[in-house]
Amino acid sequence: MEEAIVVEELTRRFGRFVAVDHVSFSIVRGEVFGFLGPNGSGKSTTIRMLCGLLMPSEGRGWVAGWDIYTEAERIKAHIGYMSQKFSLYEDLTVGENLEFYGGIYGVPPRRLRARRAEILDRAGLRGQERVLTRHLSVGWKQRLALGCALVHEPRIVFLDEPTSGVDPLSRRLFWAWIDELAAQGVTVFVTTHIMDEAEHCDRVALLSEGHLAALDTPEGLKAQAGVETMEEAFIALVGTPFSSPRGRGDRGRSGG
Amino acid sequence: MGRRIRAIARKEALHIARDPRALAVVLVLPVLLLVIYGYAVNFDIKHLPLGVADFDRSRVSRELVEAFTRTEYFDLVATTTRLAEVREWLDRGQVRLALVIPEGFAAQVVTGRSATVQFLVDGADANTASIALGYAELLLRWQAEQLVQRALQRWGTTGRTQGCIIVEPRVLYNPELRSTNFIVPGLIAIFLAMLTTLLTALTIIREREQGTLERLIVSPLRPWELMVGKMIPYAFISLVNVFLVIIAGLQVFHVPFRGSLGLLLGLSGIFILGVLGLGLLFSILAPRGEVAVVLVVLTTVLPSLLLSGFVFPLPSMPKVLQGISLAVPARHFLVIVRGIFLKDLHLEVLWPQTLTLLIFAGLMLLLSARRFRKRL
Repeated sequence: MEEAIVVEELTRRFGRFVAVDHVSFSIVRGEVFGFLGPNGSGKSTTIRMLCGLLMPSEGRGWVAGWDIYTEAERIKAHIGYMSQKFSLYEDLTVGENLEFYGGIYGVPPRRLRARRAEILDRAGLRGQERVLTRHLSVGWKQRLALGCALVHEPRIVFLDEPTSGVDPLSRRLFWAWIDELAAQGVTVFVTTHIMDEAEHCDRVALLSEGHLAALDTPEGLKAQAGVETMEEAFIALVGTPFSSPRGRGDRGRSGG
Repeated sequence: MGRRIRAIARKEALHIARDPRALAVVLVLPVLLLVIYGYAVNFDIKHLPLGVADFDRSRVSRELVEAFTRTEYFDLVATTTRLAEVREWLDRGQVRLALVIPEGFAAQVVTGRSATVQFLVDGADANTASIALGYAELLLRWQAEQLVQRALQRWGTTGRTQGCIIVEPRVLYNPELRSTNFIVPGLIAIFLAMLTTLLTALTIIREREQGTLERLIVSPLRPWELMVGKMIPYAFISLVNVFLVIIAGLQVFHVPFRGSLGLLLGLSGIFILGVLGLGLLFSILAPRGEVAVVLVVLTTVLPSLLLSGFVFPLPSMPKVLQGISLAVPARHFLVIVRGIFLKDLHLEVLWPQTLTLLIFAGLMLLLSARRFRKRL
């Protein structure tokens, strides 16, 4: 099977704090890979290293076959990224945001028009093209953000907590969209701290304080722990109740 | 590549269009500042209050006083026959300049001996004092020459036959020596330097604050593409600004425009790219918006005012400051604006300034692209 992402002993330190601690995994093409862990467990830091936003302190990594240290710029053309932080231009309309993000990836105008229409339909934003992004609800903004991460038809998408603060309807739309992308052969790397969402993934990595605690299919994880739900599996395998994030002062820095 | 730059430029133009009030401020402010400060900054000294103490009270002394009051430079505000009063005027600032004509002045002149008058000048404002003295000396010299001519005529000869040197001064480019003629083009250069740098000084910071910078870094966009794309709409607006300010200068202050408008706009474009680049560089380096604005004020506003040759003549500055002034783009742009406005200069004269501005623009683009790291 073709490997989309390979990570070996990846580590990132911020001063003395180890945000990501010798994490290794590999993800195959078309896989929906879930990264599950509380805030501050190193999810965002891992994503940022894979996207070329952050230099790793140690370890090795390849995305779409390119080295994350030396070929980050090549990687960037082929990945889509939706950050945890809201990243749309509020004074631009829905359509203009899509056109802009297509434009900076160099999508040819004709292709861009087609993609814009497809995404508007898929995100349920048809008819809202001329609405200023400022006026959208959180759920709709997140749909648009996902659309913006997909305009240039990336082979791999990184979604950092895409459903946080999103209404149930938008959340369902999101996961249907993610399944559709995977069916088309797009690799989806998604972080979440919502247990039911983890059930949607092909495989789930449990992250705790920068360590990879477990990695398996949702069923495998539950069987391993001998429990019924993902939440119980998490507590059994990681050893900490999920709802208590570590009270580290630098959570804002290292992200979720 | 062109597509990516176009996407950035279009987005940046949309930001501007969505904020029409800010756009209005950007377009109106330079014209407004020019009109206000064009009137305020004036080195022509006129209507200086003059006091006269004429102890001679003769025809010759009255003629001398008249020579002063006929010009618009001096207004006779007080006369006295008490010397002590003259000092009081000056103390109170009632007069800036006092002319004291001693008794026996006319008698001395008529008998052909040299006569003396006294000037008292308020030196507290050294600038005004030296200019006032200059005017006064000139007037006195003319008056003296006339007296000599008259005497010579009376004795049946003229000054010409004596073979003395006659100076015929001719001032080029600005014959009336109107200070407005060089101040207004100077203000144009300074307002452009100041306001244009501010236009881009916040753009990168804003992206960082609203979280969009991260998305730009994750895209294949190259730093220089981002810089160029961001500059394009602001460069366009700034060119409109140049045009508006020129029109205001011509309409409100009647500054002569002798050169080529096309050349001025073209060279302004180069200058604008440089200062926009400087603004971008600050936007990248400064952690917060306020810091960027302070940097702009410290590095463009003050040097543009003090080290550009706009107010204080560069040749009289210490060599070190003259050297530093070479790094102030407004200095070079000032030469261009004044040169085109008043002297109809072309590139064969202005090429050193043009080249300097080109190098500055290139350097700013290079530095900002280099300093913009594509990692967090």
